[in-house]
Amino acid sequence: MTNLINNILTFLYMLIGVGFLIAAIESFRDKTNSARYGTGLFWTLFAVIFALGQWLPKALVGALLLVIGLLSLLKQVKVGHIKEINVKTAEKAALKLRGWIFLPSIILAITAILVAQFTPFGGQVGIGAAAILSLIVAIALTKSKGKDVFDDTQRMVRSVGSAGVLPQLLATLGVVFTASGVGKVTAHAISSVFPTGNHLLGVALYCVAMALFTIIMGNAFAAFAVITAGIGIPFVVAQGGSAVVVAALGMTSGYCGTLMTPMAANFNTLPVALMEMKDPLGVIKQQAPIAIPMLLIQILLMYVLAF
Amino acid sequence: MEYIRLIGVLVIILGFAFRLDTVAVVLISALATALASGIDFTKFLAILGQGFLDNRMVSLFFLTLPMIGVIERNGLKESAVNLIHRLQNLTPGRIFDIYLLIRELACVFGITLQGQVQFIRPLINPMAQAAASVEAKLTPKDVDRIKARSAATENFGNFFAQNLFVASGGVLLMASTMKSLGYKVDPTGIVLYSIPVAVITLVLVFFYNRLFDRQFAKKGRANND
Repeated sequence: MTNLINNILTFLYMLIGVGFLIAAIESFRDKTNSARYGTGLFWTLFAVIFALGQWLPKALVGALLLVIGLLSLLKQVKVGHIKEINVKTAEKAALKLRGWIFLPSIILAITAILVAQFTPFGGQVGIGAAAILSLIVAIALTKSKGKDVFDDTQRMVRSVGSAGVLPQLLATLGVVFTASGVGKVTAHAISSVFPTGNHLLGVALYCVAMALFTIIMGNAFAAFAVITAGIGIPFVVAQGGSAVVVAALGMTSGYCGTLMTPMAANFNTLPVALMEMKDPLGVIKQQAPIAIPMLLIQILLMYVLAF
Repeated sequence: MEYIRLIGVLVIILGFAFRLDTVAVVLISALATALASGIDFTKFLAILGQGFLDNRMVSLFFLTLPMIGVIERNGLKESAVNLIHRLQNLTPGRIFDIYLLIRELACVFGITLQGQVQFIRPLINPMAQAAASVEAKLTPKDVDRIKARSAATENFGNFFAQNLFVASGGVLLMASTMKSLGYKVDPTGIVLYSIPVAVITLVLVFFYNRLFDRQFAKKGRANND
């Protein structure tokens, strides 16, 4: 069974590789993009890693990642020009399909959960199966042609861009941190100030650190990789706290930080510009009265649910 | 000096705080950490490659993109706009309540539209302003506050409900990171434990919106006296 699941997963990763390859082809072809070769290469390398990574030497995959980092550092990765959706067609389709347009999304969410809960295949295969099934339903529902789906795929992958691969890179950073003993050093440093073993103190320390580091970095995903290894594991999980509760509530504690920082520009500064607001911190001021009580509530929730 | 190992943490914090290229910052942080901990370069490449391959599940959400693309081309946004347009004769606070509910439900089904661009500016903000001006004449400060609250409502829904979708980047990142740290965590379990936060947000913001409405109602009465 484990073998079968692994084979299915390898197949799913190859499919992601195909999606990246489609983005690569269209990036190479985008003559308006001053960095089209770099961007095309960026997606090609990811396509290779996802489709063939299984069979490549691990050090080679690591080296390819460094090439990707270099491309990105030298500003050779740019979104370029992406053809926008035709609003007229979209409006016409919306009138015709009405509520049915939401059906594929509903099938996606429900299938993923059902496969995860009621089959031995598990959550990851569930996501893959749900994605494929919902795509088939969407194609049938909208009578889309192969060319349309190709176009939709390249548009979505390219517009998500390098932000889409960031979560996986951050998770990888977590692996390097663990291999280098970063978690142990942080835990050691903090435990000289705060005692381990007090459950409530540990939970509060972790949640507040998640929020604070997110405020500084503007990104809860980045904070999660660092703070969970350094504080979440030694101060909460190693004390008997449930890992799943710690993960779920730790991340949302980080989001409380996101709501209070101008560093999260996409969420707190972009609307200021979009709506020509006078107060640059206006959005944050409206969010803080919810974010602060939510952080306290989550500390209590984690304390109650994790132990 | 074992604290030198924390150099990568410093790189990450400074790199993100100064908005340097994120992909490069993460990789530099990894390299600096490994070298500072006495891991040689070839060994580092192997750890990095293995770590990336082991965490491929985080990127499974890419598989959902073609479907989202197909329905987007066929009027996903337009259908949502039509749905929201039916909200008539409501106070600003009620508009925010209902938008938050819709936003959280959209999260459950993995629909992530760029809310600020697609819904808040063209739709929710003007609707809320129109609703508020029924009660009282709006000062520039009121207008600014309504804009800010419209944007805030989108962010509340997005952040406190996004973990309700099992194939979201965040949920997969948590499960994968926990696995790397030696604890097996099921994505479905994360979704389950994210439900309380989403519900509490709805309740808390509901009361918060009543306060918002009361400010405008009070002003309206003061103007009529």
